[in-house]
Amino acid sequence: MRPWHWLHAPLLALAVALLLPALTVAGPTAPPSEPMSFDSELQEQRYQKLIRELRCTVCQNQNLIESNAPLANDLRRQIALMINDGADTDEVIDYMVARYGDFVLFRPPMKGITYLLWFGPVAMLLIGLAALGNILWRRRTQVTSEPLSTDEEERLRRILGDRGQDKT
Amino acid sequence: MIAELGLFALILALLLAIAQGTLPLIGAARKDAALMAVGRSAAYGQLVFIGIAYAMLTYAFVTDDFSIAYVANNSNSLLPVQYKITAVWGGHEGSLLLWVLILGLWSAAVATFSRSLPREVLARVLGVMGLVAIGFIGFTLFTSSPFERLIPAAMEGRDLNPMLQDPGLIIHPPMLYMGYVGFSVAFAFAIAALIGGRLDAAWARWSRPWTAVAWAFLTVGIGLGSWWAYYVLGWGGWWFWDPVENASFMPWLMGTALLHSLAVTEKRGGFKNWTVMLAILTFSLVLLAAFLVRSGVLTSVHAFAVDPDRGLYLLAFMAVVVAGSLTLFAWRAGKVGLGGGFGLVSRESALLTNNVLLVVSAAAVLLGTLYPLLLDAFGLGKISVGPPYFEAVFLPLMLPLLLLLGFGPRLRWKQDSPTEQLWRLRWIFGASLVFGMIWPLFVGSWSFLAGIGAFLGLWIIGSSLKDLVDRLRLRRESRQTLGIRVRRLGRSYVGMQFAHIGVAVVVIGITFVLGYDDERDVRMAVGETVEVGGYGFRLDSLDQVQGPNFDAEQATVSVFLDGQLMTTLTPQMRNYFSQEQPMAHTSLHRGFFRDLYVNMGEELPGNAWVMRVYYKPFMNWVWAGAILMAVGGFLAASDRRYRVRVRREDEATDEDAKLAAKDAVKANDSGAEPNPAG
Amino acid sequence: MKLRFLIPLTAFIALVGLLFVGLSLDPREIPSPLVGKEAPQFDLPELRNAEVRFARDDMLGKPALLNVWASWCVTCRQEHPMLAELRRMGVPIYGLNYKDTRSDALRFLTRFGDPYDAIGFDESGLVGIDYGVYATPETFLIDGSGKIRFKHIGMITPEVIETEILPLYRQLEAET
Repeated sequence: MRPWHWLHAPLLALAVALLLPALTVAGPTAPPSEPMSFDSELQEQRYQKLIRELRCTVCQNQNLIESNAPLANDLRRQIALMINDGADTDEVIDYMVARYGDFVLFRPPMKGITYLLWFGPVAMLLIGLAALGNILWRRRTQVTSEPLSTDEEERLRRILGDRGQDKT
Repeated sequence: MIAELGLFALILALLLAIAQGTLPLIGAARKDAALMAVGRSAAYGQLVFIGIAYAMLTYAFVTDDFSIAYVANNSNSLLPVQYKITAVWGGHEGSLLLWVLILGLWSAAVATFSRSLPREVLARVLGVMGLVAIGFIGFTLFTSSPFERLIPAAMEGRDLNPMLQDPGLIIHPPMLYMGYVGFSVAFAFAIAALIGGRLDAAWARWSRPWTAVAWAFLTVGIGLGSWWAYYVLGWGGWWFWDPVENASFMPWLMGTALLHSLAVTEKRGGFKNWTVMLAILTFSLVLLAAFLVRSGVLTSVHAFAVDPDRGLYLLAFMAVVVAGSLTLFAWRAGKVGLGGGFGLVSRESALLTNNVLLVVSAAAVLLGTLYPLLLDAFGLGKISVGPPYFEAVFLPLMLPLLLLLGFGPRLRWKQDSPTEQLWRLRWIFGASLVFGMIWPLFVGSWSFLAGIGAFLGLWIIGSSLKDLVDRLRLRRESRQTLGIRVRRLGRSYVGMQFAHIGVAVVVIGITFVLGYDDERDVRMAVGETVEVGGYGFRLDSLDQVQGPNFDAEQATVSVFLDGQLMTTLTPQMRNYFSQEQPMAHTSLHRGFFRDLYVNMGEELPGNAWVMRVYYKPFMNWVWAGAILMAVGGFLAASDRRYRVRVRREDEATDEDAKLAAKDAVKANDSGAEPNPAG
Repeated sequence: MKLRFLIPLTAFIALVGLLFVGLSLDPREIPSPLVGKEAPQFDLPELRNAEVRFARDDMLGKPALLNVWASWCVTCRQEHPMLAELRRMGVPIYGLNYKDTRSDALRFLTRFGDPYDAIGFDESGLVGIDYGVYATPETFLIDGSGKIRFKHIGMITPEVIETEILPLYRQLEAET
């Protein structure tokens, strides 16, 4: 048995919705779910943001809105319920993290082990800019190009052919 | 028989690759003309044999030869014939064969179009490409042969994943691979220059058009992938910051940096070490992409089947190639001159800043992509790094880059006056700021992101056009017709402006679609209407329809604008005969200012469905911008100065190369650059 | 040769090392944050007798396994004999029947045997969510005081029993 056989997909081929998870995952048929409805626009926005930033744990690499997996469906419904009961974003996130760990967060939490992740790009930018400044400062005055002799120029013209005018 | 022929051809191709990867290099070292000449014929021969292998596999697909395991896994007798042809690259093994074929194409192209190169240089370039080919053909033969037999043969094939049965997938992988593999040419030129001990302006001039073409293909490839995902996945997403997408985006960013750095090396003889470093890094990221996609170290929606042997092989190959190159670099670099000096404000400094920002962006994407792996490797837990992270990191890096993009191309080489340029662009800057901030009001409620996006987009377009006009005006007194004057600008320059305007169009598209899309998941019964983005969508009927290898439930949705019928959309929920899961098929109405997007979700009791009804403003600007960028790349590569081929090839020597290098620097020092400010 | 030209090489070697380690990791296996924590409370109808309730606290007193399963789960079917084996060794096994129908689940037990002391019928899957279930089968080892001590995702194999479940179970048993 090759549980991965359907994972064949070409490079960059986002073979998403079809990809059944390799481990057997929730539910033969999920009951049809009505679209979620909310009491306020604010709650709707909170919900939409959350289902885009939370990861579907059974899937390859999808958030809850992308996934058609029954578990994703259950989680969407659970989150909608919580939001309609007045939960705010952090409460929903805490609820999910308590059950599935930091893995469910597409926005990694800021803590000891993720400082490098969050501040790494800033550090790299600073290093890059420092190097840039250093080079710009040192290069201000250097000029090292050697002129060609007439003889060399003659030969060059022969090599490269006539390409007098088009230098952009 | 077909499979064995294909395998045999592939083995012959490997032998030729070994010849191509060794003899010309030895010849170049010994100054042996005969050995050096082997490179070209070996490259052609290799292409022929890979072509035969590829044709055999295609033939097996078209004739439904399910005695070949790969065909049985990726095709089906009911599959329409155009998808049988594209199914060749529908899985790991076949896509690798396509990769190898494209590598052969690039090798042969170098052999054909670089006849004017000095013998040693051409020999070394082809030699390095031969070495790369050995790695990939070997990988195909030893770990991933598409010609393996299935005994007994299958009665019917498993079918190509329905997601891949789409016109977008016919051209996406070849374009993407043309880009990926194309960077091997820039890499080969860099390594050849390091081996020859000569990094100079001539080297930059030779490798620049190849780099531009590869970059343009990669741009098209990434754009197509995104375009395809947008309508196939059915929820309106078009960029996911998935590891595999990042894998293609990193070489693109690094390749963009390389393209700009090459300009300095060619024009001013500067940044040589840096440019050669970028050429190596860009290709290293291509190898890394191949590794990430094909080894299974990261979870991705588009990863290939997992096989540890393949991962190990690719890792070893990448280690040898990259470590070898970096060692060569460490050994050889530093022996080159610095090139012309330049002031704090100059074209050089602008391009260098561009490079810093692009390289840091690529590094940030790399960090985000590999960070979960890093934590896991040290046993520190599992985390996910997704779009919120990449957006937070990426946007701040792009802002200064886009702002700079308006100035950079106008700056003079060596030294320019910042106040003067600012002064000349003051109207453009002010107007784009004002119109940029106002524009979003016509699309929806004002948002900062959209305002900034519109401002930067208009700023880039405005300053590019102004520069174009200035340069044309400069030649006015020559009394030439406008056509001639445009031609005189050179395709390199026009291509650059195309690409920059393309960037602007992408930026406007992205910020507007992010800011103003309207996405509704709604319950719709027959006869019901919903309002999304100012359009009315009415579900008229639900019918059963029949496709070549599926049957489907089809919804007919009429779209109204101000009470007028505008169009009719027909999304489907397809049941492919070979699959268990149904698959939604999106229906789209594309437009210049917006897309209307309807998709079927789940069936509900009472003749109703959950429908995904989306309004995506400015969506097509994203792809249109990518096309402009690619057109720019192709134009730049076709510039006249890259097409000089005057002498017989055997005349050229290393001596000539050195001369050409000095000339390039000198020509620019002498102010051959047309200067709009002058 | 200047040393700074060696920086890229060094960084690359580190990267290859990381990727090499990465090859032996499973990116799909997610450690549960629940290990070491109190097992979440639940109070469900018993699968085999809808009149009876089965709650978390019914498992307390001595260490036990809680196995999450469903009749539609192919791997659960393959795993089933292992549970019977564990039962024979005297390990109490409770079940959480996850997102299933009662008739399908009962048919499954009739056909493949019933090693469970009690089974909670989690039709909605909400208890499953509380236990962070994402792929069946999953098995928790809960100690006498109700703390989750170990979680296994996927099929229980003889190796898992031998090297992980039994040693830990014996140790927990000795503690109580």
